[in-house]
Amino acid sequence: MIELSQYLIVAAALFSLGIIGLFLNRKNVINILMCIELMLLAVNINLVAFSHYRHDLSGQIFVFFVLTVAAAEVAVGLAILVAYYRTRRSVETEDINSLQG
Amino acid sequence: MLESVFFNLFAGLSVLSGMGVVLSRNTMHSVMFLIFCFFNAAGLFFLLDAEFIGVIMILIYVGAVMVLFTFVVMMLEVNTARLREGFLQYLPLGGMIAIILMIEFVGAASSGVFSNPAIATAEHLPQSINNTEEIGQILYTQYLLGFEIAAIILLVALIGAIVLTLRTRKDAKHQKIAAQVAVRSEDRVRKVRM
Repeated sequence: MIELSQYLIVAAALFSLGIIGLFLNRKNVINILMCIELMLLAVNINLVAFSHYRHDLSGQIFVFFVLTVAAAEVAVGLAILVAYYRTRRSVETEDINSLQG
Repeated sequence: MLESVFFNLFAGLSVLSGMGVVLSRNTMHSVMFLIFCFFNAAGLFFLLDAEFIGVIMILIYVGAVMVLFTFVVMMLEVNTARLREGFLQYLPLGGMIAIILMIEFVGAASSGVFSNPAIATAEHLPQSINNTEEIGQILYTQYLLGFEIAAIILLVALIGAIVLTLRTRKDAKHQKIAAQVAVRSEDRVRKVRM
């Protein structure tokens, strides 16, 4: 029988990998978005695991909302990236400093 | 027995492919690893009796979000060599933060709070219970407001993405019918004094 803590440890590992990825790939906006997806996936695993072990379906409903926000975030983020790439021909975070005034 | 074999398989492969996302040099490989990670996470959801979430994970994440990622990665011409500069510069800081966080999470998970016999292990639900139906019954009653707000968020994201990427090309030769119909003779004919 699998315990709740095993699922929590898997989710913790995925979340930590997402954080390492944010630091390592900080120049590439696409990779940053992917690391955020990885962290959201870890959160979803936690929510579904608690929902299963507490016999409460609300956790799975919250996974829906996280999924919705993640999809919206990716759509808008990649649209900003494409619009930015058109003007600057680059996706590096170090070049994206025109707004700093 | 079989369940723990599958749990170890899915968990191990999802963590390994997560490492692949973070460490691979090619952005396209990262996308592929992330797709693999989502498949394994969907397997974990199936083990947790959340069939509908698992299927949604594959359909929405792999089928829509990751295809969007693939599309953008292939469309943009990215200079990978410049992006890899200083790859390991923040490894000590980032690694330290992540390892501390990992130790905290693992410590909290195995501290005994969650080994309470009431929640530590859970029996699987009987075959007669339909996960999709159960979710539908509370999503459309108790969480109706959240459902509507999610719909509005998706609509805003849809319109926002279109507005951000839409551009009218200056060099295209479109026919402007309204301008053609509204033209007057003074606009075209010019009397010159000889």
